[in-house]
Amino acid sequence: MKINIKRESIVEYDIDESSTTLLELLNKIKTELEPSLSYSSGCRSSVCGSCAVRVNGREVLACSYHAKDGDLIEPLKNSEVIRDLVVNMDKAYGFNTKAKAWQSSITQNMLLSHEDEKRNELQSDCILCGSCYSACPVYAVNGEFLGPFSLTRVWRYVSDKRELNSKEKIDVIQTNGVWDCTLCNECTLVCPQDISSKADIEKLRAKSSMFGYMDPSFANFGGGLSF
Amino acid sequence: MKNRVIVVGGGGAGLVAALKAHESGAEVVVITKEYPTRSQTCMAQGGINAALSNVDEDSVELHVENTLKSAHGLANEDAVKFLCQSAPEAVLWLDSIGVPFSRTKENKIAQRKLGGTSASRACYAQDYTGLKILHTLYDRCLAENIEILNERYLLEFIICSDKKRPYVSGVSILNKRSGEVEIYEAQSVIVATGGYSRVFHKHSTNSVASSGDGIAAAVRAGARASDMEFIQFHPTALKNSSILISESARGAGGYLINSKGERFTNELAPRDEVARAINDEIEKGENVFLDIRHLGAEFIENELPQEAKLAKLYENIDPVHELIPIKPSAHYTMGGIEVDENSSTCIDGLFAVGECANHRVHGANRLGGNSLLELVVFGNLAGESAAKYAMSFDKTTEICEHKNIFQEQIAEIKRYTNEINFYEKQRDLGELFYRHVGIKREKKSLESVLCKVREMKASLPKMGVGDKTKEYNTNLIEFLEFKNMLEISELILISAISRDESRGAHFRVDAPETDKKFEAHTIIDSEGVLSYEN
Repeated sequence: MKINIKRESIVEYDIDESSTTLLELLNKIKTELEPSLSYSSGCRSSVCGSCAVRVNGREVLACSYHAKDGDLIEPLKNSEVIRDLVVNMDKAYGFNTKAKAWQSSITQNMLLSHEDEKRNELQSDCILCGSCYSACPVYAVNGEFLGPFSLTRVWRYVSDKRELNSKEKIDVIQTNGVWDCTLCNECTLVCPQDISSKADIEKLRAKSSMFGYMDPSFANFGGGLSF
Repeated sequence: MKNRVIVVGGGGAGLVAALKAHESGAEVVVITKEYPTRSQTCMAQGGINAALSNVDEDSVELHVENTLKSAHGLANEDAVKFLCQSAPEAVLWLDSIGVPFSRTKENKIAQRKLGGTSASRACYAQDYTGLKILHTLYDRCLAENIEILNERYLLEFIICSDKKRPYVSGVSILNKRSGEVEIYEAQSVIVATGGYSRVFHKHSTNSVASSGDGIAAAVRAGARASDMEFIQFHPTALKNSSILISESARGAGGYLINSKGERFTNELAPRDEVARAINDEIEKGENVFLDIRHLGAEFIENELPQEAKLAKLYENIDPVHELIPIKPSAHYTMGGIEVDENSSTCIDGLFAVGECANHRVHGANRLGGNSLLELVVFGNLAGESAAKYAMSFDKTTEICEHKNIFQEQIAEIKRYTNEINFYEKQRDLGELFYRHVGIKREKKSLESVLCKVREMKASLPKMGVGDKTKEYNTNLIEFLEFKNMLEISELILISAISRDESRGAHFRVDAPETDKKFEAHTIIDSEGVLSYEN
């Protein structure tokens, strides 16, 4: 099988292998052919979020994608490429801090129901693989946009009964946050955990409205009083 | 900077220790070779034990009893009592910081039964218990503004000495991105670098990062390791990839069968027994399969979707119509850095916690659900002890001159001749270990593996790296990991050779009985000198 890997330039590798995951193929190339090939991996079973790359333009986890002849493998977009398929996640992870994506205080002895559990079960499946930041067209043009996984994380905590100050959570995500998203749904399509940050952002918008916030573009549009 | 605690390792144990040390007033820095959320902790599925009696009647006493039984006489009863007594509080703390546990109809934290336990004791978050605990801990660290340095690989612990008593004064790190050696001064250092199951290479369920770096470095620095020969095998990993197929597949009624289609064991017996039974079949030349076809397409789709997905992906088979090829694989390492009741090693200021440490609670065989528990309970302890030590630190540290030494060591490795591809040797090591140092062991073959390991160590200068680049050289990092694994292998082998008996996960064909005189912990140092202590 032949695959092409975007390194400093695109390099074609011919490997004697017919059916395997992309990660196993990369391992084979590294350990047998080209020790300098750089990529990240960890658990091999889709929970550590290390091995997200793009195949033919689409974000996938290398450990859960079956390689095909002629595939083009590239690093994630919108993050600094450190080497070959390795990108620097520090900036993207930094948005979790900027968005204050955590429970604001320690909350003891709160009883949660099965229904409460289901409210953020999916959002807390996130593995921070970064596929959504790579696919996000808003993040591509606005490097300060809080971005999909951090907003999903905010929704995870805001939607939890143990969060006692959801107003504070909502305040933080008004600028470069929920209103900047175009609801294009690209993040949903590439998420290996079937999370929809787009849907979470819509829920955060509804919550924002409850606290008196509104879409700033809409406000400007109808803001006749300011004249 | 007189009260700095450095935590090496960003998994569950490291993050809990960091939070506690921070709360205790220390300046904390977490250093990890990946990113915290990529750590091995994310792979824990089953749950975290605590006698909460949310589902059925349970007690701390029963939890203690089950843990001791599983440990086969090798656990410290006081340490186990401390672990089990602290468990309910540990789980409630996780709940208080937002871990999204599954819930019961009565609005309590849900619990399920794992192997070897007398009650439904494991608190879980669907099949993502470790993932959700790890991510919540990470978010908590961000909330507390704890400094986290990503993609930095541990080289050595820096040790000073005062009146012949050694104490830690910092760590040397290889910054993966820049390729530079960095020296971090600290009054306390907590080792939280995880286990060493990857010695078994592809025959391990673990992340590729479980290479025992912290244990190897701690032993080089003068700390002692203990019970290194005890390695738990999970009975059902996929044959080619060693990806874990959870016990729930057998719990739901799955059969284990051989090539003739015959069942050969009680599928629900304890892990070590099932693993040995499977191993016996494989030694007879049989292939072993997990058969869940009779459970039906609908059941598999609803109840075992993860298993079905992994079987399709890695073995190219559809478990609704086909047999899943399996084998036992190295899953958890009970041994580790020897620590006292304050999580301290024999080097002042050097603490250890999590799978890399041995708090003497797992003994010869870990009970399912106790590893996530351990990292919270002992993470707290280690964090507190390290902060207390750092804040009362009154010695001087001289660490700057070390930088050149470590830089030279890296340069030396880059000059190695690279005549032998170390990746091949790493595979060989994994095969040797799986065949001779795995489920069944025998003195002569252990000795012959030890010879081969020593040969490999001696020929390291003929290996080395093909990639001489400075920036993000994973070839170099993997070589350093391999070097650590060879050192760990030696410790495992010497310990396994010396223990002329069978106990828990250590099964010696030539000494199949448990021998009372070995009811003691194997202690080993960097010289390979071994003793038994209780």
